[in-house]
Amino acid sequence: MIPELGHFALIMALCMALVQAVFPLAGAARGNVAWMSLARPAARVQLVFLLITFSALVHAFIVNDFSVAYVARNSNTMLPLIYRISAVWGAHEGSLLLWILILGLWTFAVTVFSHHLPEQFVARVLGVMGLVSIGFLLFILLTSNPFIRDAFPPPDGADLNPLLQDLGLVIHPPMLYTGYVGFSVAFGFAIAALLGGKLDMAWARWSRPWTVMAWVFLTLGIALGSWWAYYELGWGGWWFWDPVENASFMPWLTGTALIHSLAATEKRGVFKNWTVLLAICAFSLSLLGTFLVRSGVLTSVHAFANDPARGVFILALLGVVIGGSLALYAWRAPGTFISSSYGLFSREMFLLVNSTLLTVAMGAVLLGTIYPLIIETLGGKVSVGAPYFNSVFIPLMVPLVIVLGCGAWARWKSDAWDRQWQHLRFAVFGSLIIGVLLAAMLDGAGALRTALGVALASWIILSTGILFYTRTRSGPDLLTTLKTHPRSFYGMCLAHVGFAITIIGLVITSNYSTDLHKRMKPGARAELAGYTFELTDIHTITGPNYDATEAAIRVWRGAKIVTELHTQKRIYRVRDMPMTEAGIRPGLTRDLYVSLGEPLGNGEWSVRLYYKPFVRWLWLGALFMACGGVLAVTDRRYRQIRLQATDPQSVIVAGATAKP
Amino acid sequence: MLQAADVPFEFSTPEQEQRYKDLAEQLRCLVCQNQSLADSHAELAQDLRNEVYRMLVQGQSDKEIIDFLVTRYGDFVLFKPPLKSGTALLWAGPFLMLIGAILIVFRLTRKNARLVSPELSNHDQQRLDTLLKPPADRKRI
Amino acid sequence: MNRYFIPLIVFIVLIAFFRIGLNYDPRLVPSPLIDKPVPVFTLPNLRDTATTMSSADLRGQAVLLNVWASWCVECRNEHPVLMEFSQNLKMPVYGLNYKDTREEAIQWLDHYGDPYVQSAFDQSGRVGIDFGVYGVPETFVLDRNGIIRYKHIGPITQKTMEDIILPLLNKLDHPAT
Repeated sequence: MIPELGHFALIMALCMALVQAVFPLAGAARGNVAWMSLARPAARVQLVFLLITFSALVHAFIVNDFSVAYVARNSNTMLPLIYRISAVWGAHEGSLLLWILILGLWTFAVTVFSHHLPEQFVARVLGVMGLVSIGFLLFILLTSNPFIRDAFPPPDGADLNPLLQDLGLVIHPPMLYTGYVGFSVAFGFAIAALLGGKLDMAWARWSRPWTVMAWVFLTLGIALGSWWAYYELGWGGWWFWDPVENASFMPWLTGTALIHSLAATEKRGVFKNWTVLLAICAFSLSLLGTFLVRSGVLTSVHAFANDPARGVFILALLGVVIGGSLALYAWRAPGTFISSSYGLFSREMFLLVNSTLLTVAMGAVLLGTIYPLIIETLGGKVSVGAPYFNSVFIPLMVPLVIVLGCGAWARWKSDAWDRQWQHLRFAVFGSLIIGVLLAAMLDGAGALRTALGVALASWIILSTGILFYTRTRSGPDLLTTLKTHPRSFYGMCLAHVGFAITIIGLVITSNYSTDLHKRMKPGARAELAGYTFELTDIHTITGPNYDATEAAIRVWRGAKIVTELHTQKRIYRVRDMPMTEAGIRPGLTRDLYVSLGEPLGNGEWSVRLYYKPFVRWLWLGALFMACGGVLAVTDRRYRQIRLQATDPQSVIVAGATAKP
Repeated sequence: MLQAADVPFEFSTPEQEQRYKDLAEQLRCLVCQNQSLADSHAELAQDLRNEVYRMLVQGQSDKEIIDFLVTRYGDFVLFKPPLKSGTALLWAGPFLMLIGAILIVFRLTRKNARLVSPELSNHDQQRLDTLLKPPADRKRI
Repeated sequence: MNRYFIPLIVFIVLIAFFRIGLNYDPRLVPSPLIDKPVPVFTLPNLRDTATTMSSADLRGQAVLLNVWASWCVECRNEHPVLMEFSQNLKMPVYGLNYKDTREEAIQWLDHYGDPYVQSAFDQSGRVGIDFGVYGVPETFVLDRNGIIRYKHIGPITQKTMEDIILPLLNKLDHPAT
């Protein structure tokens, strides 16, 4: 009964989405206030139905209702409760349901935090989000219904993929989807502005906090995914340039370009066409990612099970949503790119170069990701992997980092080279010295690359530090000076430093990680990177739904014991699938990572030992970036708008767009 | 998917070991999609690792080893696609995009510079041009 | 026509490629061995250790070379098609028994029926690598000179047999007509 209730609520949600899309959009076009005012209640009722639907599926998983085919395929009575809940989004149908639920939550957030906006604008934003919701609800109902019953339910379920039985997977997809779907708000704002024919600074100001918030979630989602792959896949890799990763990385790059371009549009009213295109692209790339991952056109380590009918449906959905919005863009984009002028050497210019470089980088990733598909349709077969992406992506990041240091410093409108040079020369010399010293000190094949990477990161940190110092030393005392600066300034500094931290982690761990693949039996020792690894014991363990062999490895540094690591080789009973649980000793400057392989006879085991310097910095940097984003969103000027019901700019827009 | 025995290899020199690791990283496992030979647990990947190791120890060059696999499995095994007519766009694409982007930014900047520096609007500039032109030219307009 | 149409045009081109791409299975890797001579090999015969089967045995007539194993689930699905092919049509199928044990392979053939003229026993899978085998079952169509003309990856269905393989074999055996 409850699954049917969930199914029914899903249909009701579709009805509400129709109301939310049709009446407000029509009302906005014809100036019908009553129709426009339906947007908020419709969106809220839709969320209620989505919550009922989602709860019904969670319930089916909790009570092991294997008459529901989706539950039977992805759960098992022996599966621990927490994974029975996360199994809801462990496969295609349920993860789509999560996607649509998150869209409902974002839409709800817009209904709550939009009272300072003109009613017509809000009606359009919610209407557009309603249209997206209709598309995805139809997709679920017509091709991917999770509530379909099986006439002959199996006595027990086929279990959740063991790879996904992990805490990382409990939080990674919701976080990632919140980021993806969050760009639908920026998308809705962009389309509403195009429909209203009014792209202005107010539009940029309204979009900005939403965009940054979505970007924060996406940043965390990607970082979590990388971290999960690192410890769960058992070979210590953290980024593979796999299509699924690229599918999340492309919206991130575009979103990063967007938040920088929005800054210029908000402050100076420039690049409106470019910014609105980026807003459309960020969400379009999220949708494109959904297509690439779920249609089976590309092969990937973590792609969902494929069904051509689904592929055709999402492609049609993509065509309507993206094609429609790009057509609207071609039709309505304002003719002039520049409404106010800026100098060649100004913050506007740096922000433009920055968003352009990020977009080119995104284009390179897109090209590499879909190139195998293009070649296949032309009758060939080719693989595009990490070597390609590294060799085209990294060179694009070098100028980006250089521009970043100058751009954060430059003044709006126009600036002078000598003013910049006076302050930034310290950062220039500082980072050059660090680079040269590192190049001289380090050895090995990656010395130059590491020196370059760390020098670039130092350039970001030093220029940000100098900026911070000059801004904060001017006032009477430190605390009051600190208070005078907006939070968005601190957010920017924090995010930029986070980026630098990620770069440092990336270059060092890529160039100086070492590993050893050894044949070991209890008592055997191996040396790696100055540490001695001793296999002390091998024993068996019985888990709730798996049997495991666990190895205990003691790590010595000279005569001192550093740690004892435990790594398991698990066999999950239902799927008879082996999994490696790595043993990791995390540290700020290095991770020690061991994973147990196969038995080789005579009591010997294949063991892999890894030394991974600075690998934590990758995710630490992402955390900094996300915190920077949160600081920027909570800036006073965004909180204040909510109180100022009569923001002068919004009145102008309201006046302008109310015309038929 | 069959599980491999995962036997560690012994190398005579660190250089040899590094060459092996580099090769295994850039070759694609065919069974388990989108993993390198180094990362894959599939049995075929282990067989191919064995072949790579055997050829390496026999003193064959990286190129010979890669050619061995390409003649049997095609360019698909290479994570770094070779530069051919079919992949020219792939390799040139990012640089074409970059050049295109630079050109666009450059054009906009010049447009903008025209907006910033002269005090005259386009219309005024045209009028000025007409007035300053020699009378002979003016007649033709 | 202005430059604001460029994103839309790029997108439409992409969508077209995606639509075509949906018809392809990205897991199929075309073999570079097509129109190349069959790799040279000599392997023990599966049923009779004393004799061998070699690439030379495959010449003289267009034949199928089917890569199979007793552990391979899909091989059982294509098995009736191969039986029909060899028994009713009297066409020669050679087997390449891939990474199997001799006992289990023979047992499998005795239980389900043996469609093969003979099977080579490739225990290590080394000859399989020469053939570019990456997923069993795989089937090669060889012409009378031992040139590989076609490779099918995955189980052969009745339809692929009738639509592709039989017409191809006919053409290879009677090149003049």
